[in-house]
Amino acid sequence: MAVVASETPFHVLAVDDSLPDRKLIERLLKTSSFQVTTVDSGSKALQFLGIHDDDASTVSVHAHQLDVAVNLIITDYCMPGMTGYDLLKKIKESSSLRDIPVVIMSSENIPSRINRCLEEGADEFFLKPVQLSDMSKLKPHILKSRCREHYEQEQQHQQSDSNSNDCSSPTNMSSSSDSSRKRKAEDNEEILPQKNRPRHS
Amino acid sequence: MDYSNLRRQAASMKKSLFDQGYLDEQFCQVEDLQDEASPNFAEEVVTLFFKDSAKLISNVEQALEKYPKDFNRWDAYMQQLKGSCSSIGASRMKSECMSFRDYCGQGNVEGCMRSFQKVKREHGALRQKLEAYFQLLRQAGQLVLLELPPGPGCKN
Repeated sequence: MAVVASETPFHVLAVDDSLPDRKLIERLLKTSSFQVTTVDSGSKALQFLGIHDDDASTVSVHAHQLDVAVNLIITDYCMPGMTGYDLLKKIKESSSLRDIPVVIMSSENIPSRINRCLEEGADEFFLKPVQLSDMSKLKPHILKSRCREHYEQEQQHQQSDSNSNDCSSPTNMSSSSDSSRKRKAEDNEEILPQKNRPRHS
Repeated sequence: MDYSNLRRQAASMKKSLFDQGYLDEQFCQVEDLQDEASPNFAEEVVTLFFKDSAKLISNVEQALEKYPKDFNRWDAYMQQLKGSCSSIGASRMKSECMSFRDYCGQGNVEGCMRSFQKVKREHGALRQKLEAYFQLLRQAGQLVLLELPPGPGCKN
């Protein structure tokens, strides 16, 4: 049975201009076993992620980015200068960052705001003050995006290498490539959780 | 034991802060995040809150002076303060912030000025009370370090 091997905790980048809120979100995340980096503005977030405002649309993967992989970004909505929404847009415009799940936080419950963020590609919206129970909603988004990434890599692998597969008893091409994909997913300890835990509220 | 007396005093102080509406459930959430690794977490957050809120209050004050009747601006500044209050469970202060924003919505300058004074008053009162509360806790904590661990039957 494959076991979830998460020796390296997932890394979350938290963005909030309010110092007490930053301290709170950092603690919530650390208590939930995430590795955390906090910044106080959208532009610092982009800097950390290795892109600059002007070349957000170009494929710019800086070398250091590989060492500081970010698995999820959680950002306040209301910030001076670049809002959380502006930051979300920049992330989605960047080919190197668009697959990182983004969560928006806000102390204001404004449906049009929430919808706008979700439409722009935010994965989740948290009403502040954020609770410990909200933290359990984060990991599924991280795993989902990694599954998607893994699947896309698999597709490319399949195309370049269509005859080889890991199955011991292939029947026909399509089913054997399916099970080969499944087997690869099961063997890859990082991608799929062994148990599907129900979300607690 | 002296320290358990202090602990009891701190607990009863906290209870009255809740009963009088100064604090709400969110404050408990903040305290619950404390553990052995971060034993002073609540006090640290509260300290940051007062530092931050003092700045935000002064922003509102300046805006009231420099930008007469600029309700949108006044509201935006107060929104930040209100958000901060709700993060630590500063319930009465948050209510006054909301009152202020209501007056902004009504375009009521007098109402804004009055409720801003109340915001400042609540801020001062809460700061005093929480300082006393954490002071008690600290004293109790310090005594625990100095004394032998309690024997069986002692309540903490």
